[in-house]
Amino acid sequence: MPTFNWIYTAIFIAVLVGAVLNTVAYLILAERKIAAWVQDRLGPNRVGPWGLLQPIVDGGKMFLKEDVIPAHVDKVFFLLAPMVAFGTAMLAIAVVPVGHTVPPPLPMVSVNPPAYNAPDTPVQRFEAMQKGYADQFSFAIAPGLDIGILYVFAVGSLAVYGVILAGWSANNKYALIGSLRSSAQIISYEIPLGMSILGVVLLAGSLNPERIVANQIDGGMWNVFYMPLAFLLFLTSVFAECNRLPFDLPESEQELVGGYHTEYSSLKLGMLLLAEYAHMITTSFLMSCLFFGGWHLPGLTTTNDSALYGPWGTAIIHAAVLAAKMFCFIALFMVVRWTIPRFRFDQLMSLAWKVMIPLALLNLVCVLLILQFGWPWWSMTVASVVLFVLAGAWGVWSGGNVTAPKRKVRKLPPGLPAGVV
Amino acid sequence: MPLTESDVTWVQEPKLGLLGQLYLPAIADGLMTTVGHMFKKKVTELYPEQEPKLPPNYRGVHRLNRDSEGRTKCVACYMCATACPAHCIDIVAAPAPEGWKDREKYPETFVIDELRCIYCGMCEEACPVDAIELTTLYDLTGLSREQMIFDKEKLLSVFDVTTKAGTDPVRTRSGELGPASEPPPAK
Repeated sequence: MPTFNWIYTAIFIAVLVGAVLNTVAYLILAERKIAAWVQDRLGPNRVGPWGLLQPIVDGGKMFLKEDVIPAHVDKVFFLLAPMVAFGTAMLAIAVVPVGHTVPPPLPMVSVNPPAYNAPDTPVQRFEAMQKGYADQFSFAIAPGLDIGILYVFAVGSLAVYGVILAGWSANNKYALIGSLRSSAQIISYEIPLGMSILGVVLLAGSLNPERIVANQIDGGMWNVFYMPLAFLLFLTSVFAECNRLPFDLPESEQELVGGYHTEYSSLKLGMLLLAEYAHMITTSFLMSCLFFGGWHLPGLTTTNDSALYGPWGTAIIHAAVLAAKMFCFIALFMVVRWTIPRFRFDQLMSLAWKVMIPLALLNLVCVLLILQFGWPWWSMTVASVVLFVLAGAWGVWSGGNVTAPKRKVRKLPPGLPAGVV
Repeated sequence: MPLTESDVTWVQEPKLGLLGQLYLPAIADGLMTTVGHMFKKKVTELYPEQEPKLPPNYRGVHRLNRDSEGRTKCVACYMCATACPAHCIDIVAAPAPEGWKDREKYPETFVIDELRCIYCGMCEEACPVDAIELTTLYDLTGLSREQMIFDKEKLLSVFDVTTKAGTDPVRTRSGELGPASEPPPAK
């Protein structure tokens, strides 16, 4: 593990957390604006030009509202839940690259090591590489973490504790149903989330997001072209993990009065909402890095950008490219919200267990076969398409419906559909 | 008569084809619709800056019409007050002044409680001389209940304002009083 200048790191943490918080504020405005545009409205436009100062007013409203702690709640967990949600959301972004990064030097194997202080030994070359790596700035709070993706998933799984604690401590049936749904949903969707990413990890040979980015840039091809199916599964699981429509059952306003945050008000509600948007930002960065080549954009960035644009230009261009990709995903999140209606709970579960987990598993098997037999990686693209179409064809072949089930069912009185008696 | 089995038609949802089972074409179709709406013309009216276009039969604040000589047309017949389901019209009649040849009575006071009114327009329908009309003025505000009780002067001024603004032209014939104001036929 290389050492870092802790002042730079502290400044970067402050800047990144501040940027995330401000982006969240403006994402809420963007959410409202996009909702309005989709519904042929104009959206908030009274505060500042085009409503651009609306987030400040919204934040001020959150601050100034009365902070109600109902008498019937379990106070400790009620207060803990927003902290857990917010804390895990902020922790998860620590390893995600948000700009130009360089993977740490790989460990070198030296057989029969010479004396430690002999000139130009592998050890000294490795130390020189380490020093060169430590000297340059990486746009990630904790760069070079070799378990990076594992860490993101671990912290992301902790985030559900915020939801469960909120729902449990509220002592309210709607909140509890919301948090129950959330736990079932997140347990189900963690599996395809992790399995779909395993292919990418195997391709790059590392769990380090920076190395995965570097691997795509060296190969000149984004992972999404090799593994479109893995990307689709990952995207769908991310929608479920972020509680976004069509997977927003934990907080479905129409049935659960807001779900797990029913009893929250004021800034505690703000923190819960903020955590959700921070998750969106983290996962969008992650998707850009894992599947869309990070800061790589053909035609704009090359492998020797620092010679072309200078160090500052490189940093700005790379961060801008990555941020643009991230915002594309966020825009997709927001448009999909108004496109697909919410799933029923059994549909949600059958999508995860009957469709996505088998597909992710088959996808992983294909990656393993390719690795084992050394086939070219484009055969993974073919395999993804074939798997996807086969799954659809299987659906057509096996698909019955309630009144004409494909499978054998119990003999029923005439006229009654299956499942009624 | 109870429903029998033959009355019930079981409707099935259509079976999905391959494209439907793949989900993605349907989702792309939906996204096209959503994104298409994002760039459509917006229907929002920016209210305080942009006044709504109301239909001419909108029922807003009342007015008392003036005739061609600027006098109130009302003949104090109480028909509007009788027709009013909310009992918000209060009229005190007096003998018409000298020189008002076409009528016997005129309203000494004519008061409408605009808070009590339900804006049904029945006074307008009941009026035999087309003296009371509902205008398209909709932004009716006041700081107290007393301010919202409109007397004769206020109602006549509504007439002046709305005819001058051109929003509500006079709908009756040439300022003449209707048949109810004519003297009864001689026996």
